[in-house]
Amino acid sequence: MFRLEKRPTPSKFWLYATPPVAVILTMIAGGILFAAMGKNPFEVIRTIFWDPVFGEFAFYLRGQLLVKAGPLILIAIGLALGFRAGIWNIGAEGQYIMGAIFGAAVGLAVFPTENRLIFPVMVIAGAFGGWLWAMIPAILKTRFNTNEILVSLMLVYVAETILAKASTGFLKNPEGMGFPGSRNFSSYPAAQNGFIYEPLGLHWGGVAALVTGVLAYILLTRHQAGFQIKLAGQAPRAARFHGVSPARLVVLCMGISGALAGLAGLFEVTGPAGQISIDFNTGYGFTAIIVAFLGRLNPLGIVLAGFLMALTYVGGEMASTNLGLPDAAIQVFQGMLLFFLLAVDVLTNYRFRLPFSVGAK
Amino acid sequence: MTTTRPELLRVEGITKAYPGVVANSDVSFAISEGEIHALLGENGAGKSTMVKMIYGLVRPDTGTMTLRGAAYQPAKPAEARRLGVAMVFQHFSLFEALNVAENVALGMENPPPMRELAARIRAVSEEYGLPLDPSRMVGDLSAGERQRVEIIRCLLQDPKLLIMDEPTSVLTPQEVEILFKTLRQLSSEGTAILYISHKLEEIKSLCDEATILRRGKVVATCTPRERTAREMAELMVGTALKTPERRQGQKGEVALGVSDLSAASPIPFGTSLKGVSFTVAKGEVLGIAGVAGNGQDELLLALSGELKAAADKVRVAGNAVGDLGPVERRKAGLVAAPEDRYGHAAAPDMSLVENAFLTAGVRKGLTKNGFVDWAGTRAFAEEIIKAYDVRTPGPDVAARALSGGNLQKFLMGRELMQGAAVIVINQPTWGVDAAAAAQIRQSILDRAGEGAAVVVISQDLDELLEVSDTFAVLNEGRLTKPRPTEGLTMDEIGLMMGGAHGMEVAHHVQA
Amino acid sequence: MDLGGINPVILIATLMASAVPILLAALGETVVERAGVLNLGVEGMMVIGALGGFIVAVQTGSPVMGFIGGAVAGAVLSLIFAALTQVFLANQVATGLALTLFGLGVSSLGGQGYNGIKPPPTGQLLPDVLADLPVVGPILFGHDWVVYFSILMTAVLWWVLKSTRIGLIIRAVGESHEAAHALGYKVNRIRLMCIAFGGAMAGMGGAYVSLARVPQWVDGITAGAGWIALAIVVFASWKPWRVLIGAYLFGGITVLQLNLQVAGSIIPVEYLSMAPYLITILVLVIMSAGRKGKVNGAPAALGQNFHASR
Repeated sequence: MFRLEKRPTPSKFWLYATPPVAVILTMIAGGILFAAMGKNPFEVIRTIFWDPVFGEFAFYLRGQLLVKAGPLILIAIGLALGFRAGIWNIGAEGQYIMGAIFGAAVGLAVFPTENRLIFPVMVIAGAFGGWLWAMIPAILKTRFNTNEILVSLMLVYVAETILAKASTGFLKNPEGMGFPGSRNFSSYPAAQNGFIYEPLGLHWGGVAALVTGVLAYILLTRHQAGFQIKLAGQAPRAARFHGVSPARLVVLCMGISGALAGLAGLFEVTGPAGQISIDFNTGYGFTAIIVAFLGRLNPLGIVLAGFLMALTYVGGEMASTNLGLPDAAIQVFQGMLLFFLLAVDVLTNYRFRLPFSVGAK
Repeated sequence: MTTTRPELLRVEGITKAYPGVVANSDVSFAISEGEIHALLGENGAGKSTMVKMIYGLVRPDTGTMTLRGAAYQPAKPAEARRLGVAMVFQHFSLFEALNVAENVALGMENPPPMRELAARIRAVSEEYGLPLDPSRMVGDLSAGERQRVEIIRCLLQDPKLLIMDEPTSVLTPQEVEILFKTLRQLSSEGTAILYISHKLEEIKSLCDEATILRRGKVVATCTPRERTAREMAELMVGTALKTPERRQGQKGEVALGVSDLSAASPIPFGTSLKGVSFTVAKGEVLGIAGVAGNGQDELLLALSGELKAAADKVRVAGNAVGDLGPVERRKAGLVAAPEDRYGHAAAPDMSLVENAFLTAGVRKGLTKNGFVDWAGTRAFAEEIIKAYDVRTPGPDVAARALSGGNLQKFLMGRELMQGAAVIVINQPTWGVDAAAAAQIRQSILDRAGEGAAVVVISQDLDELLEVSDTFAVLNEGRLTKPRPTEGLTMDEIGLMMGGAHGMEVAHHVQA
Repeated sequence: MDLGGINPVILIATLMASAVPILLAALGETVVERAGVLNLGVEGMMVIGALGGFIVAVQTGSPVMGFIGGAVAGAVLSLIFAALTQVFLANQVATGLALTLFGLGVSSLGGQGYNGIKPPPTGQLLPDVLADLPVVGPILFGHDWVVYFSILMTAVLWWVLKSTRIGLIIRAVGESHEAAHALGYKVNRIRLMCIAFGGAMAGMGGAYVSLARVPQWVDGITAGAGWIALAIVVFASWKPWRVLIGAYLFGGITVLQLNLQVAGSIIPVEYLSMAPYLITILVLVIMSAGRKGKVNGAPAALGQNFHASR
């Protein structure tokens, strides 16, 4: 058996090499999985990773990439700030739903008024909804020392029931002939999140995601708050010694990630999804956890990781329609990616040694 | 009398290398039955690695060991224990949330049922004058009592060889005497003892033979009684040591005043502070002694601002700061250096530059509108590295890559170079080699000479006697009244430290 | 004797059965956490166990084989977690989350083609003579064997953790891995075995959902039970009998809200169905409040990885 040996200084090479290596290993393992399912692995991998960007329908699918990547990036950046600080918000899915409901409710409340201010106010309401939902685990943690992982997750289930109630009750389309779901925002221009540049799939959510990526990067590398976030995650006692208040940090990080998830929800429901419906949420809040780690909890890395993950979604849909690959296979594929990433990550801080090559002088 | 006894353990040509470090190189020595053998060397000389190999925790790369004539290669501690080798650890071998009997059982191969074990613990502890209640939670015991748990755990297995790793660092002078009595009793019963230490006076009074290690190699074998402490020190360190010079500064007005400070401990199984009061004047060094776990960590937290109290309990230059956090206290002129380098005073995975910012950001003005001036911080880190002779490839390496002594020099420099009026340091030279320790002590004295008020909390009495003007002891969270250091005797200090904890009964029996 | 359309005897009898999945999973996780490992992948291991158990039971026609299959499936999945955290030293929180995401994906992939099939029934263990006794019959004698097994496991784990050498070693490893290592215990190996045990228990709990509670296969069948099991471990302060109490309380709430839904309560269905989650949060708050920095029974080394450096 091999032995692990701690490196004196983290390896810069592996810091950057880990995600590509994990992706390659996932492709290999995924290929084996697809082959076991009776598919041609090369064809599947090509359909997922190549065709959306360079294939026959790339003109349309390329746009889809940013549509999917936008919410993933927005949510993942918020999560990453918390993960960096050792604060585990895993209920982003709930915050995403609540942001969508809050924002949509504001818009639907004033239907059919046309005013330029409606959409900005909805954006603020969406961020507020996500923030509010994230404040529940945050306040419970700071006041009662309650585990934020479990509380934020429980609140996903609660948010899902509220969503069900919203789409069949208080936000239901009065002209929907009894079908569940709210009015469709595509027929309400003042509240619609339309494309700014359709060929790239750019809507306000994509803009927000890219801007947030840059801002978060500056925060982490240049600002004192970023330093404190990193310090609290790596050495909590040193953070207290530095003068960080753990409670303030929890409120800050949970708040940011909640607000960003809420924003993502609002942009989704007023844009690509179009309406509040029982299942408008597609698990972005959970996939964003993978995106955050794949991007090495670094905002710029997350932007890249968001696009890669979007590729697996878009390509996965292609593989599903063209090759009959079940949707769940893509979920497995994404899970494997996270496993390989976590496994390969050991090389950043450790090196492998075989027992017979002990470095005796 | 040592020559007539049969040989118990022989170590020959042992070498053990780790990447970048050769911990032991061609080490040989022998121990006879009933002999008390010292393994002497400074921090990092390879003593711990050597005994871990004897105890089966680490395997040597080359070399052989023989125990009573037979080849001895323990693959794991259980095998070592079965062959009669037992070890009392310096740290890390007790479980705070388990009781004494459970802790003892974990160190035995085939422990008897709990009730029988408890009875045996009582019997052995009485036989050797080490009273201990088997049902008590270890987390509630004093450092000295915890050591008794370890010793009794070993004695229950009838060891032929007992390894003791720095056993006196956690004891009061009176407790040391009792321990030595126990060890001599064991030795007279035929148990050999391998005694690891860097305290020369102790070794002179206790040990029959000594093997001196320097940088992993045996540099001398001698009979301690026939050598002076100074000779052994020079063998151990390799060069003649300078004692720090004291520049006699003028004592000024009071810079730090602590009055009736009480605080509950935030640490599990910690010690709360109870009515601590003292003052330190400009240019004065107050030494605070005490056995580990008597409130030292809590006192540091309460002074650094990590633990808050009522405003008027702590005053810096007359200003009430008791209710302020670390940032505000640094602004007010108080800097602090905690004991634990890895995770408290420094973030081990962060670079030296980032670690410089950790505490110096405030006083060195390294932030503008919340943004960090990394260039300025790097310059300050480089300044520290230069002034304190920190051996590092550069300021960008992770703190954990530095040796203990070098990191400690960096951290001391970080606090001492901020021009603060009040400096509080917990364990300035813990686990640091002698040369670095001397340098750190000198710089503390220099800062006091420049007019800083300094509080040094330490478990090393020699260090405190060397640097402090006034001397006080923390005992179970209470601080004795500070007294001038000059003219204090060891006996007086021992009594200030509370004598021997929990030994009253045994004391009477033995006296 | 019905109270608002709800019969208390039936309620108690049903809650004992409905608590079995979370009880088994929480007992397993208790052992894992006592050894100092935080495995947040309980939900994933349960859902894999639910599928594995279902497939084996359908293929062999034997529900007992099904439960064994569920346990094996859960244990195999947990070994991924064990390898990542104990060998590759990956962050336990992240790996646990990954395990849940992966488990949900694999189960929904592997479960295709098993929708709408009925598994072989897991029947009542004791003869009707006993089960038909008034009041005590349904509560004490009317259950299938897994209900009794789960209670037996509670007692066994209580005894093992409290009074055996294995239990002592597990607790020691969870308190301080450095100390345990210094005494010569193989920390990572002991933890690995605890993780596998936890996986088997979670898998069996999952199998009970698909074989006895529902009983059929649907995607995401465990619906958050794994997370609730994690909460119950905290609620129980890592003590097996309290895990039983927690699971029964929770089972009671679930059954009660279902009964209220059926009985046509004035409270809207949506609010009733969020009750279990809200109550879990409430319980967590009550159990965590006022414990800051105090000794609360949490293993001291919980969630920390161990690497023997020198």
